[in-house]
Amino acid sequence: MNLLLTFIVAAIGQAVPLLYGASGEIVTEKSGNLNLGIPGIMYMGGISGLMGAFFYEKSAISAGNEPNALIGVLCALIGCLAASFLGGLIYSFLTISLRSNQNVVGLALTTFGVGFGNFFGGSISKIAGGVGQISVKKTASFYQTFFPETMKKIPILGKIIFSYGFLTYLSIIIAVIATWYLTKTRKGLNLIAVGEDPAVADAAGINVTKYKYGSTLLGAMIAGLGGLYFVMEYLGGTWSNNGFGDRGWLAIALVILALWNPVNAIWGSLVFGALYVLYIYLPGQTRASSELVKMLPYVVTIIVLIMTSKRNKPENQPPKSLGRAYFREDR
Amino acid sequence: MNEKAVNIKKEKYIRHIVKRDVISKKKAWFIRLIAVVLSLLVSAVVIVGITKENPLSVYGGIINGAVGTNHRLWTTVREIVVLLLIAVGLVPAFKMRFWNLGAEGQILIGAVASAALMIYGKSIPAPLLLTLIIVCSMLAGMLWGLLPGIFKAIYNTNESLFTLMLNYVAMQIVTFCIVFWENPSGSNSVGIINAATRAGWFPRAFGNEYFMNIVIVVVITVAISVYMRYSKQGYEIAVVGESQNTARYAGIDVKKVMIRTMMISSAICGLAGAVIVSGASHTISTSTAGGRGFTAIIVAWMANMNPLGMLLVSTFLVFMQQGSIQIASQYGLNENASDIITGILIFFLIGCEFFIHYRIEKTKMEEM
Amino acid sequence: MSTNAIELRGVTKRFGSVIANDHVNLTLEKGEILSILGENGSGKTTLMNMLSGIYFPDEGQILIDGKEVAIRGPKDAFQLGIGMIHQHFKLINVLTAAQNIILGLSGKSRLDMKKVNKDVSNLVEKYGFDLNPEEKIYNMSVSQKQTVEIVKVLYRGADILILDEPTAVLTPQETEKLFAVLRKMKEAGKSIIIITHKLNEVLEISDRVAVLRKGSSIGVVKTSEASVESLTEMMVGEKVDLDIQRSKPKSPEKRIELRGVNVRNIEGQDVLKDISFVANSGEILGIAGISGNGQKELLESIGGLIPIESGEILYYPPNDAPVEKLSEKTVQEIQKLKISLSFVPEDRLGMGLVGSMNLTDNMMIRSYRGGRRFFADRKSPKLLAEHIVAKLEVATPDVNTPVRRLSGGNVQKILVGREIATRPNVLMVAYPVRGLDINSSYTIYNLLNEQKEKGVAVMCVGEDLDVLLQLCDRILVLCEGKISGIVDANKSSKEELGMLMTGGRKVSSK
Repeated sequence: MNLLLTFIVAAIGQAVPLLYGASGEIVTEKSGNLNLGIPGIMYMGGISGLMGAFFYEKSAISAGNEPNALIGVLCALIGCLAASFLGGLIYSFLTISLRSNQNVVGLALTTFGVGFGNFFGGSISKIAGGVGQISVKKTASFYQTFFPETMKKIPILGKIIFSYGFLTYLSIIIAVIATWYLTKTRKGLNLIAVGEDPAVADAAGINVTKYKYGSTLLGAMIAGLGGLYFVMEYLGGTWSNNGFGDRGWLAIALVILALWNPVNAIWGSLVFGALYVLYIYLPGQTRASSELVKMLPYVVTIIVLIMTSKRNKPENQPPKSLGRAYFREDR
Repeated sequence: MNEKAVNIKKEKYIRHIVKRDVISKKKAWFIRLIAVVLSLLVSAVVIVGITKENPLSVYGGIINGAVGTNHRLWTTVREIVVLLLIAVGLVPAFKMRFWNLGAEGQILIGAVASAALMIYGKSIPAPLLLTLIIVCSMLAGMLWGLLPGIFKAIYNTNESLFTLMLNYVAMQIVTFCIVFWENPSGSNSVGIINAATRAGWFPRAFGNEYFMNIVIVVVITVAISVYMRYSKQGYEIAVVGESQNTARYAGIDVKKVMIRTMMISSAICGLAGAVIVSGASHTISTSTAGGRGFTAIIVAWMANMNPLGMLLVSTFLVFMQQGSIQIASQYGLNENASDIITGILIFFLIGCEFFIHYRIEKTKMEEM
Repeated sequence: MSTNAIELRGVTKRFGSVIANDHVNLTLEKGEILSILGENGSGKTTLMNMLSGIYFPDEGQILIDGKEVAIRGPKDAFQLGIGMIHQHFKLINVLTAAQNIILGLSGKSRLDMKKVNKDVSNLVEKYGFDLNPEEKIYNMSVSQKQTVEIVKVLYRGADILILDEPTAVLTPQETEKLFAVLRKMKEAGKSIIIITHKLNEVLEISDRVAVLRKGSSIGVVKTSEASVESLTEMMVGEKVDLDIQRSKPKSPEKRIELRGVNVRNIEGQDVLKDISFVANSGEILGIAGISGNGQKELLESIGGLIPIESGEILYYPPNDAPVEKLSEKTVQEIQKLKISLSFVPEDRLGMGLVGSMNLTDNMMIRSYRGGRRFFADRKSPKLLAEHIVAKLEVATPDVNTPVRRLSGGNVQKILVGREIATRPNVLMVAYPVRGLDINSSYTIYNLLNEQKEKGVAVMCVGEDLDVLLQLCDRILVLCEGKISGIVDANKSSKEELGMLMTGGRKVSSK
């Protein structure tokens, strides 16, 4: 029972960054942009958030003050959002304004973003005195708890529901809002039109460029929070190179499983999260066989992909213009 | 004075984008050259910003790092040919508009095959062992590409995500193998395989470590160029890539072409795995492919799949990468700086294509 | 004060080196219906697209209610009260009718779909349309989609309506309904432009007619003073002999026979139902029908591109060779029997040709398999391309030009020319003159006649009933995937074909 509990909590811990990434990618893809740079953007968001908190705490300490957790949180948030915005802006400018190939730009952005994360991660590790020496105690502790201790002590529920930091809860709220936005608002409707057929949206007086930029930038910032979650809540405010791994790619795969609906991604991310940590909790594993169990998330993704490729309901298809640049005077 | 002002019609310019009909080769290359120069300038600003060094000495450092010593020069050449080989391997798939993002995995599986042969086939005579390494790595890579190829052909399964996921499956297979192959035990790494006997290593020739790598890459590059340009199968690939409807109409078996092309493409990527393991590093790890499978996509795309263009782009990227690795160590930065530099270069090179295909026009509008 | 709703002065638009509109002047008076008449490719749609903000003019002025305006995007057009109903509907398939109607409108950011649905319903009732606002577009018929487009423009309170070839996809009955609605709108004080190339419609609906030819405005006449002859003359520039030379079929023999053929599409709908007919050598069999009634599938099933559900397709080769069952053969085998399919789909380049490839490489689509060698032969395709360019007077810099860069007429010449070069026994063409000017159209008609005289069994899917009646020997009419009649083109009339196309059954003797 206790093991199952720990497993669920660990699965949720893995699910949150995937959910952020998937929500961000869905918002982006709804505008017809397939942003393969999301994994890189998540790295950028993570490291920049960490740097914001790190430099704030460092300067506070060197000035002889106790760092204020709230300011640290704010610095981290601003750093994270600004960097993800920058990543989204590079992608948007190249694919929307300059109409470059989305796949190529996305891959380049991921190379850039991962390099960006590891470079600055490595650099501030050095400033901090070595690998794993980065510490932003105050800020991280704020990120790691949200509900008061008493609530966490409620049996079972306390651990499963109340034991996380605010970014965990925020991820669900964002997914719900994103779905509401896409289905129940005028802007959401216009966005769907842009992703389905930009020429039609354009003829209807919708500013295609604005919507594409807007949703790509917003999507990038949502995804960036996934990176911040990982460094702050999951790692507790430190950095390890390539530590975030391939979660960004899994988030992109999750979009298909979620049928382009962020609320579905909540459940999907839980499944992926569980598969991600299964090898730790599966009894009777040798070192070699646990390596094979680690394949599961990818294998399951592939199976889901194959299964979903056969469905043909129009609502369950990707946005029709996904991956293509729009040029009004194309004949 | 006042009257005069009234008489002048207000002129407003409206900017809008127009697609170019044709552009001269000279102009296109000029635009690309500007992009390269701009990218170098921006990279310089970034490097100088981080290192606070004189930009000239930074670029001196890059050149020194890439070709400064004989050893560095050959390392650079080695990296160029590997990147070129992967890019060449991707060409048939891309020409077919099949987004093979799985080169990483195909390289890794090819690398596993050749490492396994090196480890378990020590006693096989060298010529036979080398042949086996080349053939088996190609077969392994082929298998890795065959899966998404088949599912794309039959169910139209999204190939980019399928191949992407297979990268990680391949990576897990590598870590799985490392459990058995680790040397010394407990190190969680394989170490140099057959360091003493050099069994399964590509032989030195003409006093050069990488002679065989270069030969393989040249042969494959020429073969694929000829195949794509002059063969019937190459023609079929082009038609399928442009329009599956037309292909159907022409009586081309689209599924067969798709699967066959994907096998060719991934076999070459598998071979690249052997070139890396047997021809260069003589070890294997999860970073054996090291993102080159992705960089090669960009190389192939930017060069418009033209072999000479791919050589040019690979050279430029690898030169800058090797150079920045050098500066990174020189100024005590970490080697990831080179990824940032590569990213910046690529952004400029991709972005400049816009100015080759479109131009911005001003229209005069008179207000009454 | 001007009473003109719209005035265009010297409007010019170029696409690369092609001039689509050359200093066009045009006025639309308030409360009138103005027809813009012109052949395909005369620049009608381009001109209107500049009013709706899709294109921006290179030169010239646009005046709305006497004031010069810059229409920089569709939004500007809406604000000026201009609403355009495009030929290809601008609708999002996965959304409902009401959602499409409010697309891009400003208003409270939270959507109240209930209210929108009600508003749309009111509008629908007012003008007597037949439309369910909550229906998804992908479930709709063509005329329902057009209704959505019109309601959309009305919902936005447009005063100036532009309809681009609105009747092209409608049955005569639906056209009548549409015209009734247009008259109602005119009474309500709206100004309407209708783009068309159908002369009778022009005479029926409009107050004035403006004629465009090759991108220039030729003149404006009052409809009451115009006739079919005078308008045709304005449109084509010279009196043309509308008669196509038609010879009597020489010793026709059975070539293709379909027996009870049924075809289903990917979605599982029956697209061809119980099709049985015979196509003879030395005759042209016309295939008529409103677009989307199975014409495409009919030709594709004979060509082996789509599988048939039941029934059989037989081929009787010349010289009494044994009968072949086409329904059991692959595309390649069918092509070897010299059965040629020259399909001109809507986007023209989508199927028969590869736009980015040059002329030579496009010739290879038919011939690249020749020879046993691993490498493809490019010499003979090049000679063939040069031959076609010379013979059919294709306007192209050289045979190394991608076909995408050529104009519609030249593309079609290449496609039909290539198919004829295979010396077919059966030649199937679909919409062979779509988008062509009169001269190019006649080149194609002559080619088809030439083939017929050589003893080829020609099947031709067409849209213009006048042409079909003059070109073909017999005409097969499809309606909802069924044959609603096969008539003798010498004795039939447009009225009869129109009846058959809309389902009125009449089977005359063959």
